[in-house]
This record gives sequence, structure tokens and C-alpha cells, in this order.
Amino acid sequence: MDRIAGIINLDHEQDMLDELTYFRCGAAVPFGGRYRMIDFAISNMTNSRIESVAVFARRKYRSLMDHLEQGKAWDLDRKRGGLFILPPDWNDPTDISRGDLQHFHNNIDFINRTLANYIVVSGSQHICNINYQDVLQEHKSSGADVTVIYKKVDELYPEHQRAHKLDVDENNRVTAIHNDHSNKNVYMDMYIIEKDLLYNLIEKCIAHGCSHFFLDGIKAQLPEINIHAYEYHGGHALVNSVESYYRNSAKLLNPEEHDELFKDDAPVFTKIKNEAPSNYTVTSNVSNTMVANGCVIEGHVEDSILFRGVKVAEGAVIKNSIIMQRCEIDSNAVLENVILDKDCNISNGKTLIGAPEKPYVVAKRRTM
Amino acid sequence: MKNKECVAMLLAGGQGTRLKSLTKQIAKPAVYFGGKYRIIDFPLSNCTNSGIDTVGVLTQYEPLILNDYIGIGDTWDLDRKYGGVSVLPPFMQAEGGGWYTGTANAIYRNLKFLNQYEPEHVLVLSGDHIYKMDYGAMLDYHKGSGADATISVIEVPWDDASRFGIMNTDGEGRITEFDEKPANPKSNLASMGVYIFRWDVLKQYLIEDAEKENSSHDFGKDIIPALLYDYKKLMAYTFEGYWKDVGTIDSLWEANMDLLKREPELDLNDSKWRIYSKNPNQPPQYIAPTAHVRNALINEGCRIKGSVDTSIIFYGVHVDESSVVKDSVIMPDVKIGKNVKIHRAIISKGSVIEDGAVIGDPSPDSEITLVADEGSVLATSYATNS
Repeated sequence: MDRIAGIINLDHEQDMLDELTYFRCGAAVPFGGRYRMIDFAISNMTNSRIESVAVFARRKYRSLMDHLEQGKAWDLDRKRGGLFILPPDWNDPTDISRGDLQHFHNNIDFINRTLANYIVVSGSQHICNINYQDVLQEHKSSGADVTVIYKKVDELYPEHQRAHKLDVDENNRVTAIHNDHSNKNVYMDMYIIEKDLLYNLIEKCIAHGCSHFFLDGIKAQLPEINIHAYEYHGGHALVNSVESYYRNSAKLLNPEEHDELFKDDAPVFTKIKNEAPSNYTVTSNVSNTMVANGCVIEGHVEDSILFRGVKVAEGAVIKNSIIMQRCEIDSNAVLENVILDKDCNISNGKTLIGAPEKPYVVAKRRTM
Repeated sequence: MKNKECVAMLLAGGQGTRLKSLTKQIAKPAVYFGGKYRIIDFPLSNCTNSGIDTVGVLTQYEPLILNDYIGIGDTWDLDRKYGGVSVLPPFMQAEGGGWYTGTANAIYRNLKFLNQYEPEHVLVLSGDHIYKMDYGAMLDYHKGSGADATISVIEVPWDDASRFGIMNTDGEGRITEFDEKPANPKSNLASMGVYIFRWDVLKQYLIEDAEKENSSHDFGKDIIPALLYDYKKLMAYTFEGYWKDVGTIDSLWEANMDLLKREPELDLNDSKWRIYSKNPNQPPQYIAPTAHVRNALINEGCRIKGSVDTSIIFYGVHVDESSVVKDSVIMPDVKIGKNVKIHRAIISKGSVIEDGAVIGDPSPDSEITLVADEGSVLATSYATNS
């Protein structure tokens, strides 16, 4: 039986979400009312029967470790395999590796010891609901060395500029990987590869002094290695900036887009908070809004997302905003086009208004 | 292993016949409450929050869902190396076996379970009530008074006292008399079905009771009267706070509606006394532009397009456009179509309410309607994978 192990490689992900990534890496940013960005990547692995997952963390991972704990929420508290959070604590004096190859080199035991014969490597910025078992089937029947996953997007947005794009021939073989801004085949930072080949490529990269495994070990080896392209058709969002975060969050208020990501047979798992159901009082007025549990809503909320435990007092007005965990909005405060990070307090009568294309972001634990 | 100071025994075998078809296929402690919980979440969360880490759950009637729900107890942090939660169904022994014949018999038959922890005290709980209670404070009172047994009591209105088991006490809180549903109550201190016994005393009385042929092997009818007869020291511990028996459709509905009061007596948002419950892993609820929601508790995974007023909505419920849900309790995964009117009703898990259905009577004192039977005209059973 084929088995897959997972690696979530955060090494090259930039913390581009301004205030939201002051204190945490992008993977730990809250998203979608009750999740963190990384929940989607890990849940995809859990739902694909991957029982061994390593997270290559580089910086600002305190919040990430707090969130992931022992992986119980993702069914990854396992005797065999399970979740490995691997921060950069390396003490090998013979180590000559650089870039993310430091991670591959110093954590090579994870790859050596796993019972899996295939490895899926993924980032955390591409929100999607994908089954890697399907990818593995296509990978095997294609006979390719590596299968990379891409999404053909309908429209290119600024966040896609930083993503790589694929040229794909009629046999779904990758002919080029580049940054052409007009190409809509967006590479999703995900690939599957046989364990032994991964190991060999890592060794080769380190010997050649490379610093980016995907670019130097896979992309640069075209056409010597056979790269297959797997087209993902489901819901997708690339979140690598405040603007893309804000726009893609708002997409969740569309039931069709929402259902592309949240499926009964492939749920998105996250850390459990044991909050009570949300309470809408007699004065509440809520419309087109996603609400997580533990909220108490007395005021007016429309076209917004409320995370767990948010309190909105009577007379407060919230529009087009994202309000993270445990924020308290006092009466007569007005918020429009705002992103409030966790634990913010907006006092009585305060007005904060951002632009629709450039939301006003308030860092964690501020009182205004 | 070190002995345990106090082990809890939770009586969860009840059928709850007065809950009608809600308990046709599940035991009463597994009945849903409060938009998210099952009744048994309350005593189990109380145990964890009170520092009691060893709980035996005595099951008998329709145990499948309860067994699955309790699992290894991790939901309530009761997955422990030594102790934790143990599900204790009736079992066979060399000398025979059979069903638990009464509440005392259920504990008696599990003497071995209790003996392995050598507890000093045993806390006996029922899975029928909604309340938040610090059993640790009651244990302190029990130990401080040197009682053989302590019974938790709550003051009930005098007019209602004849519906309860009433404890008559002396000036020091010592129980002098126990009246089961007295016609002329002498006190308004009702037993809450929460007992703490010194284990050596309880063990002796359970063994003696087991040998009595005419005993009904019940705590209220046999064990407590026997202790009183022998002048054992029984103390009443007065509990102040919200406590409700949800044994009937009306009381279950009322207890749910109590949560919607402006300052509910039972605070579910108290982070110091969380009520833990198994999580269904659903996305946040979505309130559509066409929705009108006021005075409601709504859980994850719901999609509300119609009107919800003064109601409790469990997880995974859909309310479609132009439908009205008022003064009602909608249990998990119910799908409500368009132009439906639901008033003063409890809709059980997984029901599908078809477009245009009218359920319940809106007039204020009308009977609460229960939709639980499969194949009714208005509601058909909903298969989760259809």
C-alpha cells in the first residue's frame, strides 16, 4: 500500500500581512472566522490519510506552536508518525546547507524514518480543499518524477504576481516554470514526489550549495526531470498580502465559494475552543455575515466576519470588516472596512473607516 | 497506585420515557440541550472543573450513542493515565448477571470498579439535570462536617415542593427526615440527586441492601432511608444557582428558553467554568442578507436565510428563505425549507422540514410540539449522506 507523508514548508514564506504578521508567521494568521491559515494545509493532509506531517518553521512560530499543540485537532496525535513541528535549532558542525535545504538536511530523519514512500510538500498560503490521494493516482499513472499542483485562475490579482506559473503541454507535462504575469496557471506551492528521489535531490542540492529546494532542485532541473502538472479544480485563494487576505475572506460570504472550501466529507479541522453558541440579542441586526461561536451580538453587523468570542454592544455598527477573536466593540462605535486583530477593544463612539481596497488594520491587543 | 480521594459515579442508564420519541433511540443523558450540548456534558464538565478526574458512567438503556459520545473522555479532559472516564454497562459474572435493577444496584454491581481506587468518598450523580456546580466545594463541606453522607439540596418554591424529594433538616443542616414527594411538605429543600458518601459507609449499606429481597435497590427509596434509620450523619448541602430537571418535553423546552433571557441564570460564556462538548468540526455560521435573527443562540455550521426569533439552533441547521422559526429548539442537522412556519416546537436531529410546512401553535400557553417521528407528513427523516 502506498503511504504519503506530508511536509509543510514555511521556510520561504514572507510575513507580508503587515500588522497581522507582526507577532506571528503567515501560517498562524487567523482566517475564515475560526481557522488559522495552516489549518487548510494540515486538514488537506489529514483528509488524504496522511498520518505523518512535519512543519518546517523558520520564524515567529510561537503562535503556530500554541495553535498546533500535539496535532490532536487534526487527528495527528499518533503513536506512529503524527505531527512534528520543526523549528530551526540546528547544531550539526558539518552542515553546509543553506536556505530551506537547512531544513531538509537537519530534518532528514523525518524523511528517512517515515514508513511512507511518497512525500507531499506544501506551503500554507494557498487555501484550498484538495485530496492528495487523487494527486498520487495521477502522479503514478503519469510516470513523472514530480507532480506539481496548479490552479487555472479566472482572473489574475496582485497576489498572483509573487506566485510561479506553469507552462503545460497537451500531456499535462510541465515545459516551463516562470513568473510570467499573464499566465493564469498558478503553481500552488504543492508537489508530490517519491521519497527516495526527494532524498537524492536534497543531497545533490546541498552538494551544489543550493539554497531553495524547489527552485534549484526541481525547477532548475527541467527538462532533465519529468514534471507532471495536476490541475486542481476546487475553491482556491492565495493569501500573501493584506489586500488578498481581505478580498479572499469576503469571498467566504458567498455560499457557493464557501462550499468549495468547506465540505462535509473533507472538513477543515482546527483547535477547539469550547465556546458556547453565539448569542444574538433582541437588539441585534446581522446580515450577510459569518459568525463563529462564543459571540454576543447586540449591535448591527453586515458583510463581515466575526471570529470566536467577539462582543458587539448595542448601537455599534460593523460593515465590511473582519473582527478577530475576543475583540470587544463598545456601543456606538462604527467600523467599516476594518481588520481588527485579536483582543482589540474599540471604545464607545469611536469610528474607524478604511478604504474598500485598503482596509484599516489594527494590531493585536490595541485599545482605541 | 495512590488512592483517589473522591470518585464520581454518574447514573446514565435512564430511558427518560417522558421525553417521548426524543429518547426512542438514545439514553436521556445523550439528549441535546442549549444549541451545542448533550445533558451529560453538564455533570462531566462539572467533574472536570471541580477537580474530580475519575468518573464511572453507568449505562444501560440504548448505550450506543452514549458510548460513542463518551469515548475515552478527552472531550471533558477525562482521558487520564490513572482514572479518567470508564463506561460501566451491566455485565455477566460467574454467578450470573443481568440488568441494573435500581440506582443502588448499579453502584453495588461495580464495587470492584470503586475498590480499585480505594476512594475515601464517592460522588453519585445523575445525568438528568442542567446545572453548573462545584462538587469540590460540596466535598469540602462534607469532609468538614464529618458526615457519612451529604445530599445536595436546592430551595424550590413551596408550591412545587410536593413534586420533589424533600429533606427536612435541623438547625445545623443535619437531615432528620426524607420525604419523597410529600403532600404536605415540611421544608422546601429538594434533593438534587447529587450525593457524596463516605465510601466505607456506602459500601456496607450497598452490600446489606443487596441482600434484602423486598428492596427496590434505589438511593432515594432504600439507601437514604436506611442510613437515616441508623442515625447516620446525613448533611444537607444547599446549592444556590440554576438547576433544572429536563425530564419532560415542557421542561426541556423551558430550560432552553431560559438561556435566552436577558441575564440568563446559566452563563454558558463563563470561561472559568466551561461546559465541554464534542466538537462537530463545522465552519462558522452564516447569516444571509435575507435573514432576520433576534434573541437566539446559534451554533456552527448553520445557514440562516429566514427569520429566527427567540430560538435555540444547534449545529448544521439550515433555515431557508421566508421561513419563520419562533420560540423553538432546532436540534442538529435539521434542514428547514422555504415558507415554513415553526412555533413553540422542538425539532429533533436530522429532520427535514419541507417547503410550506406549518408546525406548532403560536398561542402563548399552547402545548410544545415535538417533531421526532420519522415519516410524518411535515418532516421526513434526513440521511446525512443524501
